Amino acid sequence: MKLLRVEKTYKIIAVCGFVLLSFMATLLLTGCQREDEKEVHVFCYGDYMDPSIPKDFEKETGIKVILDTFDTNEQLYPVIKNRAGVYDVICISDYMAERMKNENLLGEIDKKQLKHYKNLDKEYLKLADRSFDRGNKYAVPYQWGTVGILYNKKRVDARDVQSWKALWNGKYKGKILMQDSLRDTMGIALKALGYSLNSADGKKLSEAANYLSRQKPLVYKYANDSARDLLIGNSADLGVVWNGEAIYSKELNKDLEFAVPKEGTEIFVDSWCIPRNAFHRENAHMFIDYMCRKEAAYRNFKYLKYSTPNKAARSLMTEKYKNNPVIFPSKEILDRSEALRDVGPDGDDLYSKYWKIFKSH
Amino acid sequence: MYKKYFAFPYVFWILCGTIIPIGMIFYYGFTDRSGMFTTANVLAILEPVHRKALGMSLLLSLISTLICLLTAFPLALILKGSRLGRKGFMVFIFVLPMWMNFLLRTMAWQVILEKGGIFNTMLSYLHLPQFQLINTPAAIVLGMVYDFLPFMVLPIYNVLMKIDGNIIEAAYDLGAGRGKVFSSVVLPLSVPGIVSGVTMVFVPSLTTFVISNILGGGKIYLIGNIIEQEFTTSANWNLGSGLSLVMMLFIVISMAILRVLDSKGEGNFI
Repeated sequence: MKLLRVEKTYKIIAVCGFVLLSFMATLLLTGCQREDEKEVHVFCYGDYMDPSIPKDFEKETGIKVILDTFDTNEQLYPVIKNRAGVYDVICISDYMAERMKNENLLGEIDKKQLKHYKNLDKEYLKLADRSFDRGNKYAVPYQWGTVGILYNKKRVDARDVQSWKALWNGKYKGKILMQDSLRDTMGIALKALGYSLNSADGKKLSEAANYLSRQKPLVYKYANDSARDLLIGNSADLGVVWNGEAIYSKELNKDLEFAVPKEGTEIFVDSWCIPRNAFHRENAHMFIDYMCRKEAAYRNFKYLKYSTPNKAARSLMTEKYKNNPVIFPSKEILDRSEALRDVGPDGDDLYSKYWKIFKSH
Repeated sequence: MYKKYFAFPYVFWILCGTIIPIGMIFYYGFTDRSGMFTTANVLAILEPVHRKALGMSLLLSLISTLICLLTAFPLALILKGSRLGRKGFMVFIFVLPMWMNFLLRTMAWQVILEKGGIFNTMLSYLHLPQFQLINTPAAIVLGMVYDFLPFMVLPIYNVLMKIDGNIIEAAYDLGAGRGKVFSSVVLPLSVPGIVSGVTMVFVPSLTTFVISNILGGGKIYLIGNIIEQEFTTSANWNLGSGLSLVMMLFIVISMAILRVLDSKGEGNFI
């Protein structure tokens, strides 16, 4: 009896082993033909394109879009770095593109394969060129935006919000919302003090952290996504919000107004990039090219309400949006503004150190 | 023979789910970014920022554990003494919120306590002065108590229900008063339940970062938040691991203290 049982267990092990082996074999076999597969693996922020676009791309080209999403750049970074997932196209922010480029994780983009690249406004390509992507070699801008103050014009003086200092004004105690985001919030404090939002100088950062600590009793909440809802619902009177959110919020609450302070602000540029280890480079270029098309970019704008770097798409917009200073801030404001840069591991540690000092104040 | 064979999946599970991750935390905790050995990550707990956050975490979790204990113990006593035929049902009601997702419950408190929320609306309806609870340490304690109370109620209730009624009667027969029966019979016999309840409330409250994020409005930083920040935005896994090791130490110490109290190890299911 005992012998029989032992024999049985061997059989089970053998079966398991066989299944495992055949599984690995299929993996290996499929691995060989990856370049010819009709698919493209896209890794993008959650809810960051019109949901019908991947389907239309599939219909037209026969290439299947496999879309995975993430919430923050920091979630994407270890996945690409440790090769936990292999993607053909990723959508990342400025400073992350710079960091990944410096760490040799990105492949160059072949612009000859992008027929609709010319739709992109030179202004934003220049912006990328002078900050995170020298020579526009690695990133194709997809969406951009600025941060500013969204305020309730009934309770907040419009003259105050011309400066970031409004957020430190005791008049608005308990009515102020700040972002709960390390680089963005430190950046605002740095800008308010008249520094660059990319400074990695311990003294300036310490000053910024002190400044934020002083502001803490005035702040109602450090909120990211819920900030606009608190402003719409009149729980707060002024807060730091991205311009794309401002358009949406103004439609729901007529009293809300958006201002970009005179000290200048942060500009983000989210771009499409191709990781160095991508399997389907050609398909990746086709996907990026599709996203640069006039109609696709316009549909994405209608869905997201973020500023688009696509000037062809801008020409399709209604008057209400085309020259809306909230979506397309003036050139003067842009000139005074900066995109976030990668400050390197030591810079990151400094930022993190002072952020913690402020947070646990 | 075949018992050993059936244990194999569990060994695999322990290996993948416990041993390897802990090993990795040790590895990251004792190395720097370039992979060299260092103790700086662990000693970083002595920095004022980290000490402050740890102190705050200890304080809030001790308060919430105490509140849970003071709420759960009388409840279990009442249930034991009552002649209600529905004791099980009462406990069931207390444990019911556990069926809902923990995040959802915490977010519900956020909506209730928000400035224009249900709580303040009710106060103003009753013509009482409004007060702001959200984004304060008190709100975090409330969240901890609400989320972890069932973990205190269950073990204490179980232990109390197991106490033989004859023992209590014998104590009365021997002339003990109510207070004496409680302090010399019921309380010592319920220690295992208290110990396991305290561990199950204290440990998750000490390490939480979700509750402080949602109900603290980002204004209060607990040690859990710092560790989370190191792993996510700051991308410094080494420091995060080093601080996690210190947290583990704290948990081991608290469990050792409790084990001394509960020397028979009856109520310990951790």
